[in-house]
Amino acid sequence: MDSEDVKENRVPFSNRSEWSDIKPVPQDDGPNPVVVIDYKDEFVETMDYFRAVYMADERTPRSLDLTREAISLNPGNYTVWQFRRLILEHLNVNLHEELQFMDQIATKNPKNYQIWHHRRWIAEKLGVGAAHKELEFTRRVFSQDAKNYHAWSHRQWVLLNLGCWEDELSYCDELFNDDICNNSAWNQRFFVVTKSPLLGGLDVMRDSEIMFTIKAILAKPGNESPWRYLRGLYQNDAKSLLNDPRVASVCTEVLLGGSQYVHALNLVLDALIHQFQPGEDLKGAIEAVYSSLDLPDSTSDSELAKRVCFILEKVDPIRASYWHWRKTTIPSQAL
Amino acid sequence: MEVNGVATKSEEEQFAVWNQVFRIYDLVFGLPPHAQALHFEIRRDNHVEYLTRGLSHLGPGFSVMDATRPWICYWVMHSIALLGDCVGDKLETGIIDFLERCQDPNGGYGGGPGQMPHLAATYAAINTLVTIGGTKSLSSINRETIYGFLLRMKDSSGGFRMHDGGEIDVRACYTAISVASILNILDHRLIQGTGDYITRCQTYEGGIAGEPSSEAHGGYTFCGLAAMVLMNEVNRLNLPQLINWIVFRQGVEGGFQGRTNKLVDGCYSFWQGAAAAIIQRLHSTVMEQLGLPLSKTDFSQGASCDSSNSDQEEEHSEPECCVNDICQPEIVGVNHNGDRFIKAPQEMGPLFNTFALQQYILLCSQEEAGFRDKPGKSRDHYHTCYVLSGLSISHHAGTRNVDRPPRTIDVMGPYSNLLEPVHPLYNVVFDKYKEAFRFFSSSNP
Repeated sequence: MDSEDVKENRVPFSNRSEWSDIKPVPQDDGPNPVVVIDYKDEFVETMDYFRAVYMADERTPRSLDLTREAISLNPGNYTVWQFRRLILEHLNVNLHEELQFMDQIATKNPKNYQIWHHRRWIAEKLGVGAAHKELEFTRRVFSQDAKNYHAWSHRQWVLLNLGCWEDELSYCDELFNDDICNNSAWNQRFFVVTKSPLLGGLDVMRDSEIMFTIKAILAKPGNESPWRYLRGLYQNDAKSLLNDPRVASVCTEVLLGGSQYVHALNLVLDALIHQFQPGEDLKGAIEAVYSSLDLPDSTSDSELAKRVCFILEKVDPIRASYWHWRKTTIPSQAL
Repeated sequence: MEVNGVATKSEEEQFAVWNQVFRIYDLVFGLPPHAQALHFEIRRDNHVEYLTRGLSHLGPGFSVMDATRPWICYWVMHSIALLGDCVGDKLETGIIDFLERCQDPNGGYGGGPGQMPHLAATYAAINTLVTIGGTKSLSSINRETIYGFLLRMKDSSGGFRMHDGGEIDVRACYTAISVASILNILDHRLIQGTGDYITRCQTYEGGIAGEPSSEAHGGYTFCGLAAMVLMNEVNRLNLPQLINWIVFRQGVEGGFQGRTNKLVDGCYSFWQGAAAAIIQRLHSTVMEQLGLPLSKTDFSQGASCDSSNSDQEEEHSEPECCVNDICQPEIVGVNHNGDRFIKAPQEMGPLFNTFALQQYILLCSQEEAGFRDKPGKSRDHYHTCYVLSGLSISHHAGTRNVDRPPRTIDVMGPYSNLLEPVHPLYNVVFDKYKEAFRFFSSSNP
């Protein structure tokens, strides 16, 4: 039942014989109310009746229906949702039907905390059998908004608690084909690679993931997501990361590309700070960039980290004060 | 702007925003100086009028906010306080009375009279009452029952539930810890395990997510960071990674995005800006994590710096022991984290570009009255609150001590644009925070 139906077919509670025994409870805003909302009559009446059954703790089919009406008027009323859960439990309602109700109202309220939480509650009660349906549901949400935060949290919760990991990595691939810049999909990939019981964990997956990520970087070096993902694969140990020749190589290549190398330098800087010793190719690429910009002349070999900061201050000016601070936190051994 | 290959949906949306934003900048910077100056003024009177109206009357469309009325109170009252203005006694009394009706006899505040208590509503109510200030307002808060409510919301995971049977996330942790801290009722039972939960929410990107494994997000990053500072456990977060993630959230538009590869939004001016500002006061912890010795303060943004206090000794004010009978030293210590934090000088200069942020706020977010997410979106009280809060952060980010006025160059537009400073951990105006601190330090629970 959506709000349009409510408007056309609605019979006021005062005219409904099955509610004749209930005395509605008005909202007590006091004599000098503030943040006064100009509620429509049906809203006032519905909530007055809700208050009555809520205060009486009446857990019956009619109060269940009432919560549905209240929810359609304000899906953000968490008190109504919580009470609905109590009624559903008390009446031992078939939760598959409840899921259908959720499917209906979800489309109009994709970012409502209460709806997602209620869904999670239902799924938990339904157990493992609900996994597939919940994954399908979030998939539908992603087709409208591939970054819906609640949907991603829900999907992760389903996988962790109800299982069904088989197709998750390939789903990430699907999303990457749609949009390689979708950071939620990259986050999900990290989640799958580290948490899936079917894949063996990060250590097993690291090698192939590096190959995958490097490919994504080369296709779009300005895309921040794979760069952060790359660091994640090495648990933010930038030095070890750069010691991988493939990673050093992609940094070199991006630098030689002449543009969109901010993320590459961000990574290189972190490695240099931890006493990473770059090879000649990478060093040469950094020097090439340095000399192409109008920067202070410097010939000292040991100041590479500092020179990277100078480059970044110039080519990434929005973060100039950050790069300036980074310059001051270069350990003396790394200079 | 360069595109490798075909633009993805993310890139297309980003280009559209850049188009709009740079069109505005080109327009404004193409004007003669006098006309240009007008665009950089904060339309104070208009904003205050828009905000005050929200306190009295809201249209039927606000029915969907019927469970968030204390938030509306906070967004409005805090915004007005930031603008250095106030509302009349009648409205203040009305709000105090309204919030009392939202207070549950067993503790906590709900979204409206008769609604279940909720951590976010409680946070909003408390911050509103602190913003109003004065004995009537502050003494309307029942700390004892609130403590009970907070404890009941504690989950075995270490996190907190938003309400009985509600969702657990980093927001809930922050609202609970913030309320407890500002009311001087924070203790080990509330803190226990929360640091574990929040630490698990820091992602591989460096930012903090709402739940473990979710995506790093500006709102949750602020919540997680502030909560950890208040519990004195911030050293458990990887701060260099966190800083790196935050600063990369500022785009060429000047404003902040909430997540990697998403669009700028005015509200992140506070969530991300304040997170960056909080870190400015964590210099020694950051240096420790970097394995570096504590150097002399490096406090500068670009060429100039505020060195007015650089010769003074750092003040570590010892917490005054509250007169409270059941107060234990442990409790006194942890409740004063917020105070110790703000009294310590900012050892680091701004980590983000405060000028670019102010420019985005004044030219892209500001409307005739009220503030919005971005051009093309509508204004609302939430964005007005958090954009103004972010603007305040920008004004004061270059000042070593919170109660010192910023330099003229720190304020974009006329100096009269200057907003009141906030306590970045609670997001209440600093003077109001001070009053509340004194009040709750000296009174019995």
